[in-house]
Amino acid sequence: MSVLIFAEVDEGKLKKSSQEAIFYGAKVAEQTGTTATAIIVGEASDTELASAGRFGATKVLHAADSKLAEPNGMAYASVVAAAAQQEGANVIVLAKSSLADAMTARLAGKLKAALAANVVELPDLSNGFRVKSSIYTGKAFAYNDLKADVKILAIKKNTITPEESEATAPVEAFTPALNDKDFAIAVKGSEKASGDVLLPEADVVVSAGRGLKGPENWGIVEDLANALHAATACSKPVSDLDWRPHAEHVGQTGLKISPNLYIACGISGAIQHLAGVNSSKVIVVINKDPEAPFFKSADYGIVGDVFDVLPRLTKAVKAL
Amino acid sequence: MKILVCVTSVPDTTTKIAFTDNNTKLNKAGVTFITGPYDDYALARAVELKEKTGASVTVLNVGEADSEPVIRKCLAIGADDAIRVNAEPTDAYFVAEQIAAIAKENNYDLILMGRESIDYNGGQVHGIVGEMLGLPSISPVMQLDIDGDTAKITREIEGGKEQLEAKLPLVLGCQEPIAEWKIPNMRGIMTARTKPLKVVEPAGTDKLTTVASYELPAPRGAVKMIPADQAETLIQLLRTEAKVI
Ligand SMILES: Cc1cc2nc3c(=O)[nH]c(=O)nc-3n(C[C@H](O)[C@H](O)[C@H](O)COP(=O)(O)OP(=O)(O)OC[C@H]3O[C@@H](n4cnc5c(N)ncnc54)[C@H](O)[C@@H]3O)c2cc1C
Ligand SMILES: Cc1cc2nc3c(=O)[nH]c(=O)nc-3n(C[C@H](O)[C@H](O)[C@H](O)COP(=O)(O)OP(=O)(O)OC[C@H]3O[C@@H](n4cnc5c(N)ncnc54)[C@H](O)[C@@H]3O)c2cc1C
Repeated sequence: MSVLIFAEVDEGKLKKSSQEAIFYGAKVAEQTGTTATAIIVGEASDTELASAGRFGATKVLHAADSKLAEPNGMAYASVVAAAAQQEGANVIVLAKSSLADAMTARLAGKLKAALAANVVELPDLSNGFRVKSSIYTGKAFAYNDLKADVKILAIKKNTITPEESEATAPVEAFTPALNDKDFAIAVKGSEKASGDVLLPEADVVVSAGRGLKGPENWGIVEDLANALHAATACSKPVSDLDWRPHAEHVGQTGLKISPNLYIACGISGAIQHLAGVNSSKVIVVINKDPEAPFFKSADYGIVGDVFDVLPRLTKAVKAL
Repeated sequence: MKILVCVTSVPDTTTKIAFTDNNTKLNKAGVTFITGPYDDYALARAVELKEKTGASVTVLNVGEADSEPVIRKCLAIGADDAIRVNAEPTDAYFVAEQIAAIAKENNYDLILMGRESIDYNGGQVHGIVGEMLGLPSISPVMQLDIDGDTAKITREIEGGKEQLEAKLPLVLGCQEPIAEWKIPNMRGIMTARTKPLKVVEPAGTDKLTTVASYELPAPRGAVKMIPADQAETLIQLLRTEAKVI
């Protein structure tokens, strides 16, 4: 029996969401009286690998085969399944991400595992294995009983606040046989914003809607986001109109995010928009219409013109 | 080319969710059920491919009899026939088993699904089906073109997108802007009534998860309004009161 955590390294750094996953996995190991092993696939520096120990992993497996250098959901799932078998893991923890989403399902299929997506709390082991997950796009929660030998938990951002120690974890090379079938999808190219704060990972998100009037006005949104080290997001019409890239669209049909702080600028607060952001810890709404429905779901509100308010907020942040 | 589109029957996106029976059942009173919005994108692309290349489009739902209006609507939009596996879809693995069983019998070139259901938001069924059939699975797919036996795909990744190519058959989870949602026209609605809808009993019985109970999120406290001419105080409050910056 053990807990296995799949951890991701992005641009050379252990992802924040993966730090959360490792800490969560270590807590589950504590609950079940076993140990937590982290597996990292692809390139990663020795320091970054060993740093998994700071969040509670007692061992790190590193699969560094050059064929695994680029993220590949199918191949990574095979590697993690092999690691789970080697370690006798009965709980596998991942932080939700576009790579993890592609892997969890394949893993569940391979291991005939009970799978809970969007987990928001540590499991309750008092009577079986029960986990709380977010359903109906953030509008409700379900308490799920997981009944298979192997359980897979995909955790939502901000499920747990990781604590860091000085511990480092020993790193072992992991070299499972790779299956050609897992490389049937050819990557022909990609466009990715680099250096920016990734939206699903961001603690603070500045989001804007049709109230901004046009793409040429996004400078004031980006300025505030930069000052707060925040990611930018947008409403659906804004990405439909091509004012902003689709990857920024949040809501029912876009990304579901749960940052510490969500600042909505010139967004009316339609129920489909709220669905994607209502699990944010604190919500700020800036809208010139005092009747905008979003104010009912906000913690702080300003009735005002974004073109006046945003630059002043940016200035106030810079003065902190 | 044979295309299978898997659809869910889910509460309309404007539904205020509530539960009954001691928080163990969704309160369906007054709830309108619709095709999952992502499934609608998958269906719209399938119908476009049919119009362009003469593909056949079959719609599949794992659900009870009350999902038939949603299935009929898919037929009205342009699917040729439909299959309903008569079972309560209460577990992603179970649902995937049903879809895989139907797919094994019929050898589809493309199995299109939504990126995720909007009730359980698992985003899992396509991957599990892919694994069960030994086929590649890709999600979320924003663009899909077929060139002979090759699919050219744009997939969304964090902060961007990537271009992929893979040989058919494939299992795909779809999202916008793969196609525009389609609205059924009168002729479609008329012909949908006579299109075949086959009901089959479920294969296998594996349910690896069950829901013990549901819960609604705690309501947010009252909003604190800050006058626009004192906007700067917001930043102070976010630091000292909310402690989020
Ligand atoms: C099935 C379905 C799925 C959907 N999925 C999503 C989704 O995932 N995400 C999403 O966002 N939407 C989604 N929608 C659309 C949703 O219903 C709304 O239409 C959309 O969220 C509105 O976007 P908006 O708030 O930017 O624009 P609007 O509703 O036009 O609101 C603009 C707001 O800006 C304010 N404003 C204007 N000028 C200023 C100014 N100078 N200063 C301050 N405020 C100003 C206005 O008062 C108004 O409240 C979906 C709809 C459907 C039917
Ligand atoms: C009131 C209610 C209660 C439910 N109870 C449960 C429950 O207790 N546990 C539970 O897991 N699910 C339940 N479901 C059903 C759920 O919608 C799914 O059918 C199934 O569970 C898979 O969920 P998922 O989120 O993992 O699907 P996802 O993996 O998010 O779905 C991805 C895609 O797979 C396809 N797909 C998913 N489900 C089906 C289906 N049934 N038929 C055809 N294609 C499908 C669609 O194309 C969908 O877009 C319930 C639904 C309702 C309305």
